[in-house]
Amino acid sequence: MSLAIDVRHLNKTFGAKAVVQDVAISVEAGRICGFLGPNGSGKTTTLRMLCGLLRPDSGEGTCLGFDILRETDQIKRRTGYMTQRFSLYEDLSIEENLLFIARVYGLEHGRRRVSGAIEQLGLGPRRRQLAGELSGGWKQRLALAGCTLHGPKLLLLDEPTAGVDPKARRDFWDQIHALAAEGLTVLVSTHYMDEAERCHDIAYIFQGRLIARGSAEALVRDSRLITFRAEGEGAYRMAADLSRAPGVLMASPFGQALHVSGTDRSALETAIAPFRRTGVVWSEIAPTLEDVFIRLMGREGEAG
Amino acid sequence: MTQPLAFRRILAVLVKEFTQLRRDRLTYAMMLLMPVVQLLLFGYAINNDPRHLPTIVYVQDQSAMARSVLAALDNSTYFRIIRVAHSQSDVEASIRQGEALFAVTIPADFTRRVVRHDHAQVLVEADAADPTAVGGAASLLAALPRTALARDLVGGAAWLPAADPFEVIVHRRFNPENITAFNVVPGLLGVILSLTLVLMTALSVTRERERGTMESLLATPVRPIEVMAGKLSPYVGVGLVQTLVILGVADLMFGVPMPDTAASWSALGVGVVLFIIGSLALGFLFSTLAQTQLQAMQMSFFYIMPSVLLSGFAFPFQGMPVWARDVGQLLPVTHFLRIVRGTVLKGETFADLTASLAALAAFLVAITSLAMLRYRTTLD
Repeated sequence: MSLAIDVRHLNKTFGAKAVVQDVAISVEAGRICGFLGPNGSGKTTTLRMLCGLLRPDSGEGTCLGFDILRETDQIKRRTGYMTQRFSLYEDLSIEENLLFIARVYGLEHGRRRVSGAIEQLGLGPRRRQLAGELSGGWKQRLALAGCTLHGPKLLLLDEPTAGVDPKARRDFWDQIHALAAEGLTVLVSTHYMDEAERCHDIAYIFQGRLIARGSAEALVRDSRLITFRAEGEGAYRMAADLSRAPGVLMASPFGQALHVSGTDRSALETAIAPFRRTGVVWSEIAPTLEDVFIRLMGREGEAG
Repeated sequence: MTQPLAFRRILAVLVKEFTQLRRDRLTYAMMLLMPVVQLLLFGYAINNDPRHLPTIVYVQDQSAMARSVLAALDNSTYFRIIRVAHSQSDVEASIRQGEALFAVTIPADFTRRVVRHDHAQVLVEADAADPTAVGGAASLLAALPRTALARDLVGGAAWLPAADPFEVIVHRRFNPENITAFNVVPGLLGVILSLTLVLMTALSVTRERERGTMESLLATPVRPIEVMAGKLSPYVGVGLVQTLVILGVADLMFGVPMPDTAASWSALGVGVVLFIIGSLALGFLFSTLAQTQLQAMQMSFFYIMPSVLLSGFAFPFQGMPVWARDVGQLLPVTHFLRIVRGTVLKGETFADLTASLAALAAFLVAITSLAMLRYRTTLD
């Protein structure tokens, strides 16, 4: 097993604010690691430190075998970084943007590689269109083409599918899996649970600290969370009363239904008992990844 | 039906504008501080009736009368005798290179001719490239003979009141007809180039930062000096085309003389290239200091003002106080104007312009180094 990313004790402060604290991440080569956490938890900062865009205040480790403090040039050459905000030139066409990237990286047969990338992404008919005129989904495809053009070994994707429609998101993820199958390592930050579940494993960061690590199944299992679902007339209206009951950690409406979670089975059943009435059907379900993360956030928030 | 004006909505916009203005510290500072700085700087520096102009004297007649003439010049406050020349070629070089604006030659037979009433003469050569710079002083010279020797000519040598004891011959060099355009148009070359080129590059890096493309650019292996060279190169072409157009118009429409030797042309060419790259590098430096395009523009304007007013373009350089001249020396336009006017009006070559060319080269190196120090390869 070889590690594409292997960093420890990463720290970064902006002014007085510690944005990343003692984060350690390791990702095996060829794996897709989902990078999750609430807004402002330090995901973007961590990704930027990994690709040399920000210098960690302290920390150690390697990306693709190169030191993250001293060999950023080597890392940059072999890493594709897709920014959260579209950051290619809006006043250049698709083709011109890709040609620029090909030249900056000094790629051999730049023109041919650009044509290949355009065809592969289905951007052919739009090659002369200005990037600024593209819709969100096409911009995202272009950005992915841009950050993979130089044949990187590592992809760092910062919320690549924010604001993109479900079909385009699915296509995008199919592509990510295809790239990983070819041996690329991917670290991708996201807020979408369905995307998190498509990752080989997940790193969860909260307030600058890594608080959970593992596959989606393992995270659900380790949370020891028990979830009941209530369906029926007016079930969702019980949320406010139930969330105050002892033993209940979360009670959230899901459309007409209600999910109630806790870690103590007997306390949870005691809490639910008064709400077992005709017209409402209670059943135990597997907790979702979202339940797990909201639980993690709540627990860390209290601890902090 | 249109809605009536609502004072509350106007107030809402107003409060928002003030809040945003307060956040933008640099704009705030520029708006309040700059007028004061500019007022003080230019108010004290600019002088349309320049005095104490640098004058070199070549005295071949070591006599009391010659000393009286020099003393009279000195007392007029228009002339400041910087040194005594030791030969005719020394005089020529001094005035050609702009060390002195005036050269006063008192011939060996001066006293003898004064005493004999035999058409005694004093030769004054004026660098008339900038007519306004020497205008006031030159007009004073007409009155000089009447007063200068008043004390020397009492008693036996008393003079007939009707005639002057000697004559001052004034040679207006380089621009004998006092055509203002000959001075202004070559100067405009420097001002126009600064105005356009500094702004062009000042916007270049801040634009990348504002649009977010900097993040992608920094994630690539491209190095700072490569970014700078790539961004500057197209504008070097723009600057050269501008130069050709301006010189063409100056020649064809204003009748401004052009350098008359290949040596002069090549000195001008080197000066133009150094100045263009230096201006572009300065713009690039601004763009690494400014956070927004607006700030970069403000910096450029703050640079342009002294470049026009303290460089010798709009007002005579020698007319400014010493501190203002020191400030002017730091501006590349000052040196560039000397090169353009020197080659165009005086036919100067590399030998005469060494100091100015060296100053431009030093400026270029210093600004480029600063820009490279400032340019961050990370987003920190």
